[in-house]
Amino acid sequence: MSRQTIAIAQINPALGDLERNLALHEKTAEEALDRGAGLLVFPELSLTGYFLKDIVSSVALPMTSPLFGRLRDLSRRIDLVVGLVEESAGHLFYNTAVYLTMGEILHVHRKLYLPTYGIFDEQRYLAEGGRIRTFRTRIGRSAILICEDMWHPSAACVASIDGMEILISPAASPGRGGLEEGESFANARAWETINRAYAQLFTCYVLFANRVGYEDGACFWGGSEVIGPSGKPVAKAAYLSEEVLIAEIDPAEVRRARTANPLLRDERLNVTLHELERVRRERVE
Amino acid sequence: MNSLSLNCAFVRQVLTGFIANEVRKTGFSRIVVGLSGGVDSALSAYLGAEALGAENVWALLMPYRTSSPESRKHAELVVKQLRIQSDVIEITPMVDAYFERFPESDHVRRGNKMARERMTVLFDHSAMLKALVLGTSNKTELLLGYGTLYGDMASAINPLGDLYKTQVRQLARYMGIPEVIVGKAPSGDLWVGQTDEAELGFTYEEVDRILYSMIDRRCEISELLAAGFDEQSVRAVLAKIQASQYKRRLPLIAKISARTIDRDFRYPRDWGK
Repeated sequence: MSRQTIAIAQINPALGDLERNLALHEKTAEEALDRGAGLLVFPELSLTGYFLKDIVSSVALPMTSPLFGRLRDLSRRIDLVVGLVEESAGHLFYNTAVYLTMGEILHVHRKLYLPTYGIFDEQRYLAEGGRIRTFRTRIGRSAILICEDMWHPSAACVASIDGMEILISPAASPGRGGLEEGESFANARAWETINRAYAQLFTCYVLFANRVGYEDGACFWGGSEVIGPSGKPVAKAAYLSEEVLIAEIDPAEVRRARTANPLLRDERLNVTLHELERVRRERVE
Repeated sequence: MNSLSLNCAFVRQVLTGFIANEVRKTGFSRIVVGLSGGVDSALSAYLGAEALGAENVWALLMPYRTSSPESRKHAELVVKQLRIQSDVIEITPMVDAYFERFPESDHVRRGNKMARERMTVLFDHSAMLKALVLGTSNKTELLLGYGTLYGDMASAINPLGDLYKTQVRQLARYMGIPEVIVGKAPSGDLWVGQTDEAELGFTYEEVDRILYSMIDRRCEISELLAAGFDEQSVRAVLAKIQASQYKRRLPLIAKISARTIDRDFRYPRDWGK
């Protein structure tokens, strides 16, 4: 597999306006194509906006929605990771990211962990996903973890053992706290720590796509980034402003990182499973 | 480290972005702000001018006959520094006409009336100028309930509502607001000689440290006392927060239907924007 140019769409979607956001996706894809990208990753809920509350049911899309037609068409020219509210056949609503390529939906990830604390209220409106799977793409074996999923290392660990070389992380992270000391919000710094740690621990690329803009006063801080498999940043977008971030992904870097640090080789799956089973049996809450 | 200190460059960027983004989303491009001569409204105006351009900011000076001439001078200084458009609208005739019928009214009623009179002038200008009313209440005032409901607490968007008073001062100095405005004793200027700190019974430095620990850091009362905060002050602050909770919420609606506004009819304000 050769080097690939990818792009991250650090966009500001409109809240609850599918048509406008779809147009924004198409426009951003043209820019990514012009700049030579073969994959474009959009943030969490990029087609709908984030703090939807009761709008959820009005913007939810079944996978058979005609709206996907335009995205499928686009994906014949560039691979896409797009965020949306997915409506299941049983009318459950999921916070979903889909990977589209060659006019088809290659992979669907439904957000596993729905934050319902502080400013978040996702479990009130959305259903939990229940699957962690890797899938083969043009840049390597990939997994998608949406925003809060990244704060549960077990999810990334499962994906890693499942063969993950590329961790795609669409996010809609509202900035909060920490303006006493740092160059950005406290949670932005925490995210940057997690992205670097995961890249290094799982010897994988991390493609972190965070949105910008404001919803009801909450500020999405951007700062999208690509971290290489040795834990070093490859590309970093600005905080707070819209940007199409371009990065080179080199599969040889994954090989080099894993040769130098064969962490994945040395994983003890059976010990982990055995001990997790024991903890499940014995744990006192 | 002083936990209330701010990374001013970043906060400035967040707040000007907030104003530009939230104003334009509503289809407006202008703001109107009431300038009192104090640091809060000065900072709102500075942030507004930076976000939207001076030509899109309207300042209203709304003195009452007892308002301090110094307040007016300081408000005019902000107008001059920012080169924003301004108007002076005396509220004395409106306020006095009303209180002719209630000559016995105390200074609290009079102060509230003045604040609400200014609010009606601002919102009328909002319609006239097609400009959003920019808020000026800081987090300290909002938490303590030290403001007039539907008066100075009323606005369309408020860039200062998550900054404590001491942080407002810090950002104001960073933005280059003249020291005569930033350094003076804060006052509602609702009656002669009024100062916030005398009325509240704390200095802003004291109360902000308590609020920051209590609210932002979620410290329990026992932890605050163990950390050396004065018990009487801590309890007084908590009592003020509790007593003023109604001021920070919409009016209560009696629930009748299957779907009631703000209880089970929940939409973001930026719906479709």
